[in-house]
Amino acid sequence: MKEQERIEKKSGISKSRKKEAMWGLLFVAPTMLGLFVLNFYPMVNTVYQSFCKTGDFGRGNIFVGLANYDAVIHDPTTWQALWNTVKYALIEVPFGVTISMILAVFLQQKIIGKSFFRTIFFLPMVCAPAAVAMVWKWLYNQQFGLLNHLFHSNTAWISNPNIAWISVGVIGVWSIIGYNMVLFIGGLQEIPKDYYEAAQLDGASGIKQFFHVTVPLLSPTTFFIVQTRIIGALTVFDLMFMVMDKTNLALYKTQSIVYLFYTQAFTNGNRGYGAATVTILVVFIMIITFILQKLEKRFVHYN
Amino acid sequence: MEALTWNSKIKKILIYVILAIMVVVMMIPFVWMVLTAVKTNQEAISVDPFYVFPHNGWHWENFTKVWENYNFLRLYGNTLLMILLRIICAVLTATMAGYAFGRLEFPGKKILFALVLIQMMIPAQIFIIPQYIMVSKLGWMNSALGLLFPGMVTAFGTYLLKTSYQSLPKELEEAAKIDGCNVFQTFLYVMMPLTRSGMISLGIFTALFAFKDLMWPMIVCTNSETTTLSAGLAKMQGQYGSDYPSMMAAAVLAVVPMVVIYIIFQKQFVEGIATSGGKL
Repeated sequence: MKEQERIEKKSGISKSRKKEAMWGLLFVAPTMLGLFVLNFYPMVNTVYQSFCKTGDFGRGNIFVGLANYDAVIHDPTTWQALWNTVKYALIEVPFGVTISMILAVFLQQKIIGKSFFRTIFFLPMVCAPAAVAMVWKWLYNQQFGLLNHLFHSNTAWISNPNIAWISVGVIGVWSIIGYNMVLFIGGLQEIPKDYYEAAQLDGASGIKQFFHVTVPLLSPTTFFIVQTRIIGALTVFDLMFMVMDKTNLALYKTQSIVYLFYTQAFTNGNRGYGAATVTILVVFIMIITFILQKLEKRFVHYN
Repeated sequence: MEALTWNSKIKKILIYVILAIMVVVMMIPFVWMVLTAVKTNQEAISVDPFYVFPHNGWHWENFTKVWENYNFLRLYGNTLLMILLRIICAVLTATMAGYAFGRLEFPGKKILFALVLIQMMIPAQIFIIPQYIMVSKLGWMNSALGLLFPGMVTAFGTYLLKTSYQSLPKELEEAAKIDGCNVFQTFLYVMMPLTRSGMISLGIFTALFAFKDLMWPMIVCTNSETTTLSAGLAKMQGQYGSDYPSMMAAAVLAVVPMVVIYIIFQKQFVEGIATSGGKL
């Protein structure tokens, strides 16, 4: 009798387990199917196309081996665009992160109008980059722009190859500060108040507290933001595309690698060539991600 | 003690001064956008004398002109439709997958979830060429379905909602089971309503990302009848770039809806981003 009960119970469990497994697979099916069709297959396909020459009218792929890579690697435009992208990142990431961290710390103090400041700083984040870039392009306008009026200058902000990359970087910083700041505020709220109280008892000034308490304890948040922003900056497109016309003299020394990819694959319709460029970019980003993971262990302070 | 309060007062003033400067820096582009939008082109490009404010009336008709010339109603409609379709698809599929990954046991779970994480690490640019080829083969170019296409499922959303489901207490499921709910009923009536904030975060992310995206709508929408606000602006700039007041009026029109939504749902926006980090 007892034996039978146990068997029944067991089969009951395995039945409900089976049901659970069925529902589980059913529930993940749409997402997994989508990921395969929309992401994993395209990824493999892009790599495959990078070994192919795109036929006339985009028809038919002719396998050409490494010819595209050979061309991309020997094209100075590729390296220039990659270098431009890195330069853009070197402006956007350090400035975007530092300024937003300071603002977040300020907004943690007892001050009036916190939510007002937060709302204003976050505003660029909800604006389409296309619109933002249009406005900045107008501010930068050499003849009629506001900036040259304010500074009584005649600077070609976005068509002088030596400074255009900085001008675009400034737009990037302006656009991202609010987003980083909100993430920092979230991170700051997780730092226990006792640390500050202890520091205060030890007579540490506000600036000392910032460097000895806030910076180390905030490092997981900082690392997360730096990592996502590096990847974001290395794939910048919208700002570049809107600010840098095809006829801009500074285009060659400013365009990002994704802009170059877009031009190759879609404006010029040379998909094999574009596929090779984007594959190189992705490999480059993967290497950076790997290095960052290694650095995380060394520099990030986890409780 | 006296010195300390004096010191902290100076510090506070310094903080306010820096914050005020930042407010000015952040607002100048917006203010200049609106001020230019209501000037005549003559005024906008006048260097000497230089006008900060429009001096011969505020030309609000610039907005109606742009609205009609560039068919903004269509642009708004197309953008809204794309955003709604993407929100519905993303929240629906990610809720189901998030529940399964967070609460259920099934064969292959670990590998499948690893694939979700891998997708999040791969830059999306590598998917675009084949996605474009698929859309054009399906005949979805210049359509809402084409705009929706890459956003039908979301690895990020799956991850986000998985963490929401994982944070719910185990007792809930057991109680539901005792009440005779099967897996699907437990999901629909007990668990899903509790992940509302996660779903709202995902909805906001999806909407913002779709709204800001420029490259995909430029690729799939070749004519200005079917395109979105972002890509529409790019087209306008290419054609009428030197009519500055019109350009700025168009930029205002493109920016205003999301700004209004943001100001109304500020708390959800900021909290959604602070809690889930995100991958924009």
